[in-house]
Amino acid sequence: MIAIAGTIAIVLLRRSALARAAFGWSFLWTSTWDPVALRFGALPFIYGTLATTAIAIAIALPLGLGAAVCLAELMPRRLADPLTFLIELLVAVPSVIYGLVGVFVLVPAIRSLEQAVGPVLGSIPLFAGPAYGVGLLAAGILLAVMVVPFIVSVSREVLLAVPQTQRDAALALGATRWETVRDVVVPYARSGILGSVFLALARALGETMAVTMVIGNRPEIAASLFAPAYTMAAVLANEFTEATDEVYLAALVEIALVLFAITLAINALARLLIASVRAAPGAQRP
Amino acid sequence: MNATYRHRRRVERLMFGATAGATVATLGVLVFLLGYIAWQGATSLSWSFFTALPAPVGEAGGGMANAIVGSAKLLLTAALVGIPVGFLGGVYLAEYGRGSLASCVRYAADVLNGIPSIVIGITVYALVVIPIGHFSTLAGGVALGVMMVPVALRSTEEFLRLVPDSLREAALALGAPRWVTIVRVVIPAASRGITTGLLLSLARVAGETAPLLFTALNNRFWSPGWLQPTASLPVMIFTYAIAPYEDWHRQAWAAGLVLLALVLGTNVLARFLLRSGAVRSA
Amino acid sequence: MLDPALTRVRPSAAAADVPVKIAVRELVVHYGATCALEAVSLDVPAHRVTALIGPSGCGKSTFLRCLNRMNDHIPGARVGGQVTIDGDPIYGPEVDPVALRRRIGMVFQKSNPFPKSVFDNVAFGPRVHGERDPVRLSEITERTLRQAALWDEVKDRLDRSALELSGGQQQRLCIARALAVEPEVVLMDEPASALDPIATAKIEELIHELKSAYTIVIVTHNMQQAARVSDLTAYFYLGRLIEFGPTERVFTNPTRPETEDYITGRFG
Repeated sequence: MIAIAGTIAIVLLRRSALARAAFGWSFLWTSTWDPVALRFGALPFIYGTLATTAIAIAIALPLGLGAAVCLAELMPRRLADPLTFLIELLVAVPSVIYGLVGVFVLVPAIRSLEQAVGPVLGSIPLFAGPAYGVGLLAAGILLAVMVVPFIVSVSREVLLAVPQTQRDAALALGATRWETVRDVVVPYARSGILGSVFLALARALGETMAVTMVIGNRPEIAASLFAPAYTMAAVLANEFTEATDEVYLAALVEIALVLFAITLAINALARLLIASVRAAPGAQRP
Repeated sequence: MNATYRHRRRVERLMFGATAGATVATLGVLVFLLGYIAWQGATSLSWSFFTALPAPVGEAGGGMANAIVGSAKLLLTAALVGIPVGFLGGVYLAEYGRGSLASCVRYAADVLNGIPSIVIGITVYALVVIPIGHFSTLAGGVALGVMMVPVALRSTEEFLRLVPDSLREAALALGAPRWVTIVRVVIPAASRGITTGLLLSLARVAGETAPLLFTALNNRFWSPGWLQPTASLPVMIFTYAIAPYEDWHRQAWAAGLVLLALVLGTNVLARFLLRSGAVRSA
Repeated sequence: MLDPALTRVRPSAAAADVPVKIAVRELVVHYGATCALEAVSLDVPAHRVTALIGPSGCGKSTFLRCLNRMNDHIPGARVGGQVTIDGDPIYGPEVDPVALRRRIGMVFQKSNPFPKSVFDNVAFGPRVHGERDPVRLSEITERTLRQAALWDEVKDRLDRSALELSGGQQQRLCIARALAVEPEVVLMDEPASALDPIATAKIEELIHELKSAYTIVIVTHNMQQAARVSDLTAYFYLGRLIEFGPTERVFTNPTRPETEDYITGRFG
């Protein structure tokens, strides 16, 4: 087990050695990606990965937390339990299937949206650019759909774990049920909810297939939501088998290394947060 | 005085309405997803899908028989790689796992679980594909197997932990050695849960595409033995979906439906099996 | 089986010149199919301490929770009968429980401070009801913490977590928190049962000081405590009100044999 995890790290380090030697740390903030001239920089991919993930969380967090509140506080268990089960089924759907729906349903829909919105909001940098359909927005929305079930599932669990006496205290003071949820229950479950966000984050960062199919595959940094972009996982999926040159290959492996490191860090944080909620529910600092 | 209460009540109704909306939206996505795939896939499905090989590029017709068989072979390999490691690891953690070594193993399993599948694919590429010299079913199976391990390990451990200690104590008190207790008493008691857990881990990797991209690659024909590149359902879906041919798109939907049905079906089946009790005690 | 005619209790048991704060008539409570309270009628006098005693499961806590409509939040609970405070109905479609709970506050058996600072705990109630002015909030916090005899112990650590306080201090904090919304009535559900004798004594002393400003109804399973602390005592058994009268009389000269059995310890 430990052997496996360790092996992966070692292999990645060795295979990327060429690239690391050639480019050093500046690999992380160079934005040229030129397989012909053999000059590589990871910045466009890091940007694409972070941007799509940020969009995904921005959509998924309010949606997921809202659904979790409804399922934990409002609905009777007999209704909420099967519905939660259904939502958790979304986690089992293979990524390539999300990609399939993304390519044939989401992208055309966004293209129409962009065409409608372009003339009105086109001067704002966030919405500028031709209406391709593929791009940051499409990938962000698809990712949001994929990670929402994580947030719903874990948040619901931690909300249900908040002791009833806390709610009783707030209600007895004359708070409405909504105020109780907003000011007592959710703050109590804060770290668990944050943990679920980190889990969603980790999943979104490493997500490959669905994103590859709708991102547009352009290694450039642009501010617009409508711009095609590229993520670390997507470039690996598309170009790994095409890489003919040793340095090219090593550069790609180095991107894999960066991805590996980031997901490692986020996962560790997530586990820590969720564990702290389970361990000491009564002893939280305000 | 009354006005503030009415206002607070209005806010409450608004916010709770919003949360209900969020729930409906999330469920709506699921329903839409399933429905759309069912519709598109069902209209494209035909007998030849299951029996024919892919047609030459540009020609209409053909099927995915090789992809179906390929996926099956990959899963078989993955099971051979992943189940022993995951199962035995789970047994170790549940029965002998106290102390820092066990925590390390558990932590490593969580880490492995979180690694993007494409990174695992690259690693297996370096370790298996390069030495062999070309892509192969074996490499694909190994990659999928590696992904299975953490899931299989965690679920095995959890179900073994559910077996009450009283069972273990009873067997030990009768003079049975530790490993006999485990093999003859504890594992059978948790067998249903463990089986469903392993089934679920298999279902999880059945839909994985990324790790196969650089290990098993793809193949428009049958793939004999274990050392040739092979087609698989997920990779075919990917390839066909991004290609410009209308006919290929239809086949991608059909394949998507088949894959989704298999994966979700396994998940739902597993949950129902678990509902009637994961562990037999006494 | 007890004959209902024999067990009808005169609701008003205090002296004639003491105003009635809460009047309860024919209160009935069902949890699903089980009947938890049967036709209870009782007058809670103002500025007095009324104790509710009886063996476990007799309905005293259920009765208490009816007074501030906390039973509304128990699924399957059905309440019948009439309850009024100063003549205003407590139940009824036009009554807002949120507004009601400002007038009738509650302290629970196991102290339940929020995982926030001491200050934020006490200020929670006023904030929820719309108070935003930090000066006013500080005033309220200091006043109620003094009333709860906790000010000196926490005045230098208002920003620290409430969970750092001892059990007895936390319970007094919960009392201060309940007082912060300026209720007229304070309901206490076995407030000292989880505390050591010293902390218990402090709470009892507190109750004695509070009754001049508030009306107090306290549920307790500790008869000595009821005898020490209350002016009136109501004895519940199996969901019925058996006896209600001035504490001294109930304990030294009970009119009903069931009361005497309980008080002399013939059963749990």
